[in-house]
Parts: sequence; C-alpha cells; structure tokens
Amino acid sequence: MDFLVFQYPMITLQACLDGILLGVLFALIAYGMALQWGVMNIINIAQGDLVILGGYIAYFMYLYGIHPAWGVIVAPVIMYFVGIAIYKLVINKVVDRDLFISILATFGISILFMQLMNFAFGADVVLANSGYGTTMLFDNNVVLPNSKIFSAFISIVFAICLVIYMKKSKLGRAIRATAQNARAAKILGVDTEKVYAATFGINAALCGVAGALISITFTIHPYMGLPYTIRSFMIVIVAGLGNLPGVAMSGMGLGVFEEFADYILGTEFRIGSVFLLLVLILVYRRFKLSRKREYLK
Amino acid sequence: MKLNKIILSFVSALVILFSTSVASFAKVVGDKIILGAAISLTGKYSSNGVHTQNGYNMAVDRINSMGGVKVGGKTYKFDIIYYDDESNPKRAAQLAERLISQDGVEFMLGPYSSGLTKAIAPVTEKYGVPMVEANGASRSLFTKGYKYLFAVLAPANLYLDVAIETAVELNGGKPVRIAQAFEQDAFSQDVRLGILDAAERTGSKIIIDDKLPKELNDMAATLVKVKQMKPDVLVVSGHTKGALTAIRQIAEMKVDVPMLAMTHCDAAKLSKQHGKNSQYALCASQWHKSLTYKDDFFKDGMTYAADFEKEFGYDPPYQSAESSAALLVFKDAFERANSFDQKKVRDALAATNMQTFYGNIKFAPGGQNVDKPMVLFQVMCDASGKCENKVVAPLKWASAKLIHPIPKWSER
Repeated sequence: MDFLVFQYPMITLQACLDGILLGVLFALIAYGMALQWGVMNIINIAQGDLVILGGYIAYFMYLYGIHPAWGVIVAPVIMYFVGIAIYKLVINKVVDRDLFISILATFGISILFMQLMNFAFGADVVLANSGYGTTMLFDNNVVLPNSKIFSAFISIVFAICLVIYMKKSKLGRAIRATAQNARAAKILGVDTEKVYAATFGINAALCGVAGALISITFTIHPYMGLPYTIRSFMIVIVAGLGNLPGVAMSGMGLGVFEEFADYILGTEFRIGSVFLLLVLILVYRRFKLSRKREYLK
Repeated sequence: MKLNKIILSFVSALVILFSTSVASFAKVVGDKIILGAAISLTGKYSSNGVHTQNGYNMAVDRINSMGGVKVGGKTYKFDIIYYDDESNPKRAAQLAERLISQDGVEFMLGPYSSGLTKAIAPVTEKYGVPMVEANGASRSLFTKGYKYLFAVLAPANLYLDVAIETAVELNGGKPVRIAQAFEQDAFSQDVRLGILDAAERTGSKIIIDDKLPKELNDMAATLVKVKQMKPDVLVVSGHTKGALTAIRQIAEMKVDVPMLAMTHCDAAKLSKQHGKNSQYALCASQWHKSLTYKDDFFKDGMTYAADFEKEFGYDPPYQSAESSAALLVFKDAFERANSFDQKKVRDALAATNMQTFYGNIKFAPGGQNVDKPMVLFQVMCDASGKCENKVVAPLKWASAKLIHPIPKWSER
C-alpha cells in the first residue's frame, strides 16, 4: 500500500486526468458494444480485434507518410465495410439464436482476426508517432501528452455525433425501434436485416476510430485486442444497456479507478482491481434486484 | 464391404509409407546429421522465431560449405527438421516429443523464448537428447539440474546488472537510487532479480519497484512516481512492448532521469520507431556486431552481419547471432566426442571451451554460458536524426563513450 497519491495534490490531479482521458477512449469502444448488444443481443468478443485492425489502418497511413491523425477519418470508413462484411458472412446467421452461439461465433472471428493480422502485419509491436508534444500544467507538475488529449477530444466528438445521429436520422430511429422491440419494428415496416447490418457496421467504425487513436497514444499488436474487449464489456455491465451517459460516466470512472488502484496497490493489481469492482457491482445489483422482487411479491 | 476393404488397404498403405519415411529420418543418415527444432514461425513470437531460424540456417550452410563435421574420419553435413510450434508451449512440448520419438532425432536445437524452452527441456531431458539452445535466458532453466540442456547465452539475471554497476561507478562508487518497472513474466522477473542482487552488492536502494501487467500499454503512473522521486537510474524490462511504451511515455511526459536502462531495444527497433526520442537509452544485449570475438567460420561480428544482410536482407539482431553460435557449438562437440553417442556428445558439450564470433562459450554445470558477459549499448543520434546503437560497456569493447547523465528534456 502506498498513499503517495494522496500526499501530493498534484499527483492526485494527474491520476484523475490520466484516468479520465483513458476512460473516455474506453467509453467510445464500450458504446459500440452497448449499441450492438442492445440492438442485436450479441456480445462481440471480437470487439478488441476490430479496434486493433483500426489501429493498423492508421499505422499503415503513418508508414506511408500520412499523418496518423487522418486515420480517425479513414479507419472508420474502411471498418464500416469490414463490419458489414462480417455481418453478412457470419453474424446474420447467429443473430436470432441464443447468446451462447453468438459468443462462440464472435470468439471464432476474434481468433481468425488475430491470426490474419499476425500473418499480414507480423508479430512486432508497432506504434504511430503523432509528434503532438506535451502540455505542462501547474509549473510542470502535471503533464498531459497532447496525443491523449487529442484522443479524448475525438472520442467525445464521435460520441456526440452518434447521439445526434441516433436521435435525428431515419436509420437512427429505426435502430432504436429495433432495439426496443424487433418484431414490432418489423411489423411497422422497418427492415430489421438492414438495421442489424448498419448497427454492426457502425460498431466496427467506432472501433476503427478508437484503434486509430490507440495507435497514436499507445502501442498495437495483433494479440492485444482482448483487454479492450474485456474493458468495454465491464463498462457496459456497469452502465447497463442503452444508457449512453452511463457508459461515458462508467468509462471515465473506471479509468480513474484504475489509475488510483495503480498508485495505491501497485501496477500489478491494476487490472485485478477492476475485476474486483465488477464483481462488487454485480453482487450489489443482484442484491438490489432481489429486494425489488420481494417488493413486487 | 468392398468399400471397407478399399479404405483398409488405403490406410495400411499410408501406415507403411509413414513407417518407412520415419525410419529414413533418423538422427545420422548417410552423411547427414539431422537436428530437430520446434520454432515459432506463426503466433506472437513469429518475428523472433524467424530470426532464430535464419540464424540456424545461416550456420548450417556455412558449416556444410566449409567442410562439414568430421567424426570418425568421415565428413558429415548438418540438416535440420523444423516444426512450427505456433508460439505455444504445449505445442512445443508435443513437437519435441514427436521429433524424438517419431522422427528419431537424437540432437535438438532450442526454440525461441524462455517459456518455450522451459516447455521443451523436460522432454529432451527425459529422452537424454542433448539440446543446445540459444534463446532461453530465464534463470530458472539453469537451476533445475538439467543435464542435457546447454545455453550459449548469458542468463537473464545478468542482463542489466552491468548498468547498475556502471551507475555506481559514475557516482564515484557511492550507492545509487533505483526505480524499476518489470513485466510479470519469467524473463523480466529474472532481470529484476539480477537488479536486486546488484543493488544489494553495491548498497543501492530501490525506491520504486513496479510490476507491469502483461497487457501493458500504459505506464504513466510509474513515470509520475519517477518524476516526483527523482531516482538516479530507471530500469524497464517488458519485452518490445515495454521498451516502446517506456520511450513513448518518457518523451511525452518529459521525464528526466540521469540513466535509463532497458532490454529488447533492438528487437523493438527502438531507434527506427522512435527516432530521436530514444536517444541515450541504455540497452542490454547478448551480442553486438562491433565486438571483436573471432572464429574460423564467420570470422567476426562485422563479417557475420554483412553476410547475414546479404542473405536475408536485414541487419542481424542478437537472436540470429546466438542461434548461429549454437550450431558452431554442436559441430565442435561432435568432433571432440568423435562419436554420435548421445552420452559422449553430452559430455563433450559440457566440456566446451571455445570462442565464436558471438562470444566465448563455456558452460556452467547448470548449462548456462558463463564466459560471455552482456554488453550495453546506448542509442546515439546525429544532428540529422539518424540513430545508431553504440557499445558503451564493458569498456573493453566500447566503441563510444557513455553519455551520462542524460541531458534534460528542456535542454534537448
């Protein structure tokens, strides 16, 4: 146990800011997962692998002399079509089946993607340099890499655009209708097949954006997808489905929680503490639910 | 019924075919000494697996073209059966079993990485098959009492203790304050043990001791602590991912530390991926082409590097060099044993005492090479931004003077 983090207010501030910037990025990935979980009832294990694939798109742009930040625009466009293709090839066959089948199917896709990326791009750890520099605050005591600020900013922009799109556009309304009741939507003339494909595409596009941002701020590697899947899964579990502000809050909250756990317990307990939190939240939820049931009786 | 008969005869034909082909594979056939190796050609270790395979192949070609191996007055040539272990320890152990019991291989070359070597060693030990390995440095490989395992490389705990000793020396012999961050895997934790030993020996104090998770992509928290506590040395080891993450975040967060020591810099292509940001980083390496060791086959490091580049199109990382050295060790042992008896070859290996272009090789009873110190190089960049790795320690081979302390970010 180490309480250095509370003794110096600057470190506390640094930990909070690092956590929030990280959390916003995770929230973007989690939002895609929540969307498709809510609409299609599919838990996508390949979420993290889609993120990494998006990262490679930005990385290759960087290799060919294009600034990787443009990946934020290019990656989602390519990934949207990748998403549609995955839907047409695999997901449409499992979308009405039970959750277990879809988990197996996306797990398979995840393994396939990992191996294909390894085969195509090699097993080296790579990154794209943005050359964005650093912001120093409070007499150089708080340091924020501009690449992280950029990532958080872009994530927020994309999240806001998506919320507006879901509210205002025809497809957005169709998606929301399908999420509420697929059968009723179908009766009222919504082409649910199209809605599903679009939802999967939008999710893949969001992963593409996040991946491009991750290649700028962290590192990418064909086998690094799973931690992103797990984190977004946790964020969605904590926030609940179809709860966008909840996803954003729980993303940032988890980010900050992770940073503090890192300082207090040590880096080795960082991920473990997040899992512990997940268990606690699930137990609490169950407890609350059972009380509600008693009340209903 | 007829169909059944056809299937039956087909299967038995296959069985006969296989059994004859297996027999024709065995250890020493005609003028060939057949070695077996399970190597990661796919999966997460595939880049280093390929470096290993290229190193092996380069040495096989060279030894064969320069007269081969002379045993009992006859000349033999090396040949290797490779299998792809998919970077998976379980698969590696299965393949070792298959190489030995099905293919009849009697001598093995090691796989890539400590983890896979650990998986294979019990198998080769069980069958009494001598294995010369070049890519498993974990200390735990050499404390199990294996009799048939020989490693041409220095064990992991020696990777960075030179750095601590150099830091103490530069501090006028006074102890230093060390911050360290290591990934939680066998190799990095062994490097950590080496630092703990060095710290105890020199009376130095470890003020930050972080363990990095396997899915590491962010070490900002460790670096904030480093900024506040201002240690004299920062040591980081977490394979290529650790090296790349550390340099990126140290540069972004403008962390000033007088000495930064790491592992896996050349595997991470640090100077290429990070350019000037990686400048002044000290890196542990098993080998560097500028070292002046010599042998009859590859002459010296510079010639090896040039020949390797001509053949494979890239500068050899130390993983390739040490793999080539493993073949030289086998050749030497076969000739001294003057026999293909596994016991005799094993004893000859244990008595190895030779110099190769890669370094001196002499095995301790545990199987590790005790005659080859690690080298430290420092990433140095010129004004145009071109970066190069220059050996700075031990002093005997230094091609440049260590730059210490590292200039502050505000002065760069």
